[in-house]
Amino acid sequence: MTAALGALIGLPAVVGAVLLVSERRADAVAAPCAVTATALTLVAAVVAAVTRPAASVPMLPGIRAGTAVDGLSAVAVITVSAVSLMVVLFASAEMGREEARGRFFGLMLLFTAAVLVAVTSTTLVTLLMVWEIMGALSYALIGYWWHEAHRVRSATLAFVTTRGTDLGLYLAAGAALAGGAEALQLSALASLEGGWRDAAVAGMILAALGKSAQLPFSFWLSHAMVGPSPVSALLHSATMVAAGGYLMLRARPVLSATEWAGPALAWLGAVTALLLGAVAFHQSDLKQLLAASTASHMGFLFLAAGAGAVGGGILHFSAHAAAKSLLFLCAGAWLASLGTQGLRGLRGAARRHPLVGAAFTVGALAVAGVPPLPLWTAKDEALAAALHLGPALYVTGLAASAVSAAYTARALAAVWSPSPLTGEEASRSGVRRAPLPEALSLAALSSAAIGLSVLALPVVARWWRALVGAPDTPGPAAWEMALSGLLAVAVLALTWWAVARSRAGAVPDQVPGHRFLGGWLGLDTAARTLVTRPVTALARALAAADDHVIAGGARTAARATASLSGRLSAFDDRGLAGGVRSASGWGTHAADLARLRGEGAVEGAVRAVASGARSLAVWALRPQTGLLHQYYVQAVIALVVLAAVVVLMR
Amino acid sequence: MLSVVVFLPLLVGLVLLAAPRPRDGVVAWSWVAAAALDLLLVVGLWAYYPAAAPDTGLGDFAYEERLLWIPSVGASYHLGVDGFSLPLLAMTAVLFLACAVDSLRQRRRARAHAVLFLFLQTVSMGLFSALDLLLFFVFFDLSIVGMYFVIAGWGHGRPTRSALQFFLYTFLGSLALLLGFIGLYVAADPHTFDMVELTAGTPLEGRGLAGGLVLLAIGVGLAVKTPTVPFHTWLPPAHTDAPAVGSAILAGVLLKMGTYGFVRIAMPILPGAWVEYAMVAVVVGVVSVLYGSLVALAQTDVKRMIAYTSVNHMGYVLLGLGAAGLAAGERPEAASLAVTGAVTQMVSHGLLTGALFLLAGALHDRGGTYDMGSYGGLAARAPRFAALAAVAFFGSLGLPGLSGFIAEFQIFAGSLGPVPVPTALALLGILVTAALFLRALQRLFLGGPGPCTARVGDLSARETAAIAPLLALSLLIGLAPHFLLDRIEPAARALAALVAG
Repeated sequence: MTAALGALIGLPAVVGAVLLVSERRADAVAAPCAVTATALTLVAAVVAAVTRPAASVPMLPGIRAGTAVDGLSAVAVITVSAVSLMVVLFASAEMGREEARGRFFGLMLLFTAAVLVAVTSTTLVTLLMVWEIMGALSYALIGYWWHEAHRVRSATLAFVTTRGTDLGLYLAAGAALAGGAEALQLSALASLEGGWRDAAVAGMILAALGKSAQLPFSFWLSHAMVGPSPVSALLHSATMVAAGGYLMLRARPVLSATEWAGPALAWLGAVTALLLGAVAFHQSDLKQLLAASTASHMGFLFLAAGAGAVGGGILHFSAHAAAKSLLFLCAGAWLASLGTQGLRGLRGAARRHPLVGAAFTVGALAVAGVPPLPLWTAKDEALAAALHLGPALYVTGLAASAVSAAYTARALAAVWSPSPLTGEEASRSGVRRAPLPEALSLAALSSAAIGLSVLALPVVARWWRALVGAPDTPGPAAWEMALSGLLAVAVLALTWWAVARSRAGAVPDQVPGHRFLGGWLGLDTAARTLVTRPVTALARALAAADDHVIAGGARTAARATASLSGRLSAFDDRGLAGGVRSASGWGTHAADLARLRGEGAVEGAVRAVASGARSLAVWALRPQTGLLHQYYVQAVIALVVLAAVVVLMR
Repeated sequence: MLSVVVFLPLLVGLVLLAAPRPRDGVVAWSWVAAAALDLLLVVGLWAYYPAAAPDTGLGDFAYEERLLWIPSVGASYHLGVDGFSLPLLAMTAVLFLACAVDSLRQRRRARAHAVLFLFLQTVSMGLFSALDLLLFFVFFDLSIVGMYFVIAGWGHGRPTRSALQFFLYTFLGSLALLLGFIGLYVAADPHTFDMVELTAGTPLEGRGLAGGLVLLAIGVGLAVKTPTVPFHTWLPPAHTDAPAVGSAILAGVLLKMGTYGFVRIAMPILPGAWVEYAMVAVVVGVVSVLYGSLVALAQTDVKRMIAYTSVNHMGYVLLGLGAAGLAAGERPEAASLAVTGAVTQMVSHGLLTGALFLLAGALHDRGGTYDMGSYGGLAARAPRFAALAAVAFFGSLGLPGLSGFIAEFQIFAGSLGPVPVPTALALLGILVTAALFLRALQRLFLGGPGPCTARVGDLSARETAAIAPLLALSLLIGLAPHFLLDRIEPAARALAALVAG
C-alpha cells in the first residue's frame, strides 16, 4: 500500500514541478491541472488514511528518509489535501489571465507535496528537508509578485527568520546522532541520553516556534501577508504555519520524557495566544488581523501539545485549517471585488456579498470558539489539560480564548455593518455573485468547519482520541465547556454590540497601547535593532578590514619579496658575482702567467675560461632587473635546489 | 587507463598547438570533444569502480599504475583512485566540459585559451589521481602556473597584478607544502614519497613535535590553496579579475586541491598529529565559515561575494575534517559521516560555484559590471537566467533538494557530537549565507529595473548548455545522493578508522 503514499506525495510534486518548469507555457492548463492533481491527492490521502502505509528510501549513509501514515498523520494528510484542493479551486477563479499561473500553481502543488511529507515524516532528516523546502516555497509565494521590491523584501525577511529557527532542527539532528539515535528516527528520540535529549528537544521547539510564528518570531507572519490571499490561506494559516504545532504533537513522547519541555511549551503557547490575540484586536487590516489570529491559535495548539492534549491539538489543527483558510479566502474575494482589505473599507461587505459574508461568518464564529463549532471543543481539551499544569495557565488560556472572541467580533461587526455607500453607489456595485469555483470552495470549507462539530459529542470524541493514539487523555469537564462556551458567546456579543454602537468604525485607536499592539509588539523593530543592524555593521567592518588587509598584504608581500631579493642580489654581488669575478681575475692572472711562460695552447684555454667567467659574472648580475616576480622565482628555484640538495645528501 | 584519462586533454592540446592555424571553431569544438570524451572515460571509471576495487580499505586503490620516475629519491609515477578521488575526478571532468561549452564563442586568442585549459584539466585530473607526493606537488604547482596565465592573459580589470598576487601567494604556500613533504620523506624508512607506503607506515606517528611541525607545514600549504582565513586574501582579487571560466575552474577545481590534500595526505599519513591538532582545524574552519559569510554579506560586487562564500563553504570542510579527528576514537559513525560530508561538500561546491561564476560571467558580458546595485528586475528580461541563478543561489545557501544541503547536513550532524559549540556557531553561517544570497537575488533579478538592466538579455543556448547540467547534477545529488555517497562513504569510514588508530 505504499502506492497510496507514493501517489499522495508524488502526484502534487511531479505535476507541480512540471508546471513550474513550463512557466508561462503552462498558464492555460495550470489551474485545471492543479485542481485535478489536488483532487486526486485527496483521494490518495483518504486511501492512505485507511491503509496506513509506510515507506522509506536510503538518503545518507545509515540514515533513511522515511514517511508513514499513522492515526495522527491520517488526520493531517486529509486536512492538508482537502484544504489544498479548496484553496487551489478558489485560486483557479481568482488568478486571472495576466498572472503567471504556471508558476503559481506549480509552487502551490510543490508546497502541498512538501507539507504532506512534513506531516508524515518519521525521521528527522526527512522532516528537516521538507521543513526548509516549505520555507523556500513560502518565500517564492510571498514574493509571487516580485516586480514590487517591498514584497520581495518581506519574503526574504520571512525566509531568513524561519531559517534562523530551522537551525534548531539541524541542532536536533546532530544531537540525536550524538546521543545514539543513529538512524535519526523521530520515535527513537525519547530514548536519547540525558543532555543530548534536552538539546534535541530544545532544537525542535525552536524550529516549531519559528514556523508557527510564536513569540518572539511572530513578526514574519505579518510580513507574509503581502502574498496572494490563496497563499495566505494555504501556507500562512492552514498548513505550514500549523506544521510547527503539529510537530510538537508528534514529538509528544520526547517532550514528556523531559521534565521541562511540556510546561515550557504550554506557557509559550498560552502567552502567544493571549498577546497575539490582543495584537489581532488592534489591526485595521483584515489580513493582518487574521495573521495575528493565526499565531494566536497556533498558541493554543502549542498549549495543547505542551499540556498533553494530543486529541484536542490535532482537532485544533484540522478545524483551524478549515476555518482560517475560509476566512483568508473570503478576504481574498473581497480584495478582488472591493479592492481593499482594510476593515474600514470592508464595512458592509458581507451584505453586498451574501455568500462570502455567510462563509466569513461561519469561519469567524468558529475562530471565536462559539459552541458547538469544533474550535470550541478543541480549545477546551487544551484548557482542561492546562488546568492539570496549574490554574494560572488555565486562566491565561481562558483569557486568550475570550480575546479571540473579541477580535472576531470586531471583524464581524465591520463586515456586517450597514454599508457606508450611498444607495446609488451600492446599487451600482450591486450584489456580487461569486464565480462557481469560489462558491464551491467556500461552501465546502464552511461545511467542514461546521461538520467537525460532531467532535463535541463524547462518543465521537472518544473515537477521535483512540484514532490519534491518545485514548487515555481525559476530556474537559462539563462546567469547563459551558464556561468557555458562554464566555465566547458573551464576549462576542458584547464586543459586536460595542463596536456597532460606537460608529467610530472598527479601529480602537483610543485604547492605550494601541500602537504597540497594532505594531505587532514592536517585534519587527526589536529584530532589526538587535539582530539585523549589528550583523550588518559587523559584516561591513569585517569587509573593510579585509580589504585593508588585502591591500596591505599585497604591499607587505611585495616589500618582503623585494627585501628578500635585495638580499639575495647583494649575496649575488658579494658572493656569486664576486666569486665569479675573482675567478675570472684569477683566470686572467693565470693567463698572464701562462703568457709569461709562453705556452700558447694553455694560454688560449685559460683565456677562454676567463672570458667564460666574465660572461658568467654578467649573467649572474642580470637578475637584478628590479622585476619583483623574477626575484621571487629565483628565490623559489634556489629554495627548491636547496631542498633537493638536502634530500640527496641524506 | 587512468593515464589516458589524465593526459588525454593535454594530448589534444598539443595536437591543437601543432596544427597549422586551426580555425577558432575547430579549436573550440575539439576542446569540447576532448572534455566530453574525458568525461565519458571518467563515467566508465565510475561504473567499473566496484569491480576494480573490491576492497574498500584505505590504501586500496582502483586502476593503479606505477612506473619508475626518480628512483634515487623514491619518487614514482603512481596513480590510482579511491572513493575520495573518483568523485573529484568526475566533478573536475564535468566542470571542464562546462567551461569548454561556455567558451565556444571565445575569440580572444582562442587556441592558446583552449590549450591552457586542456593543460589545466590534465594537471587537475593528475593531482586527484596522484599517489606520490612529488607527483602531487608537481601537479599542484603546475595548476598555479596555468591559472596565472589564465588570469593574466584573459582577465579584466588589473589582471596582471591580481595574477601576480595569486601566483606569489599560492606559490609560497606550495613551498610550505613541499617542506612538509620533504619532512615526510626524511622520516620514512626507507625514504619514499609514495603516499600508499607512507599511509601504511605513518612514519611520524608518535614522534610528537616532528609530526606537529610537518603537519603544520602541510596544513599551511593546503590552507593557502583552500583557502581558509587568514590565508584567503589572494582569493578576492584573483576572482574579481579572472575571466568567468577561469574563476569557475579556480573556485570549482583548484580550491579542492587544498581540501583534497587534507583527506589524501594530512589525515591518513599523519593521523596521530591530526587528532592532536584537530581542534586547530575546527577553529580555523569555524572562523572561515563565519568570517567568509559575514564579509560576503557586505559585498556589493556579485563576483567578490561569490568568492567570499567559497571561503565560507570551504570552512565547513575543515570543520568536518577536524571534528572527524576529534570524534574518531569514540564515535566512528559520526567521524565517517563528517568526512563523507566534507568530501560531498567538495563536489557540491565545485558544481554550484562553477555555475555561479559562469552566471556572473554571463552577467558581466552583458552589463559590463559586477555591481549588484546596477541591476534589478532582471527576471523580467531574462527569465531563464533568473531561474538558473535562483537554483544556484538556493543550492549554495544549502536548501534541501540540492547538493549543498546533503554535504552540510552530514558535516553538521557528524560534527555536533564531538565539537558542539563550534558546530553550533558554524550553523549560523548558513543563516548569513541565506540572507546574502536572497539579498543578491533581490538586487539583481527581482524588484524594479536598475541602470544596467536594459542591457541584459536572456542566456543563450550555449550558456544554458554549460550551466544547466551543473545545476541538474546538484539537484540529482540533492534528491538521490546515494550514487555519490556509495563511493565516498567506504573511504570515509576507512579514514575514520585509521584516524581512530
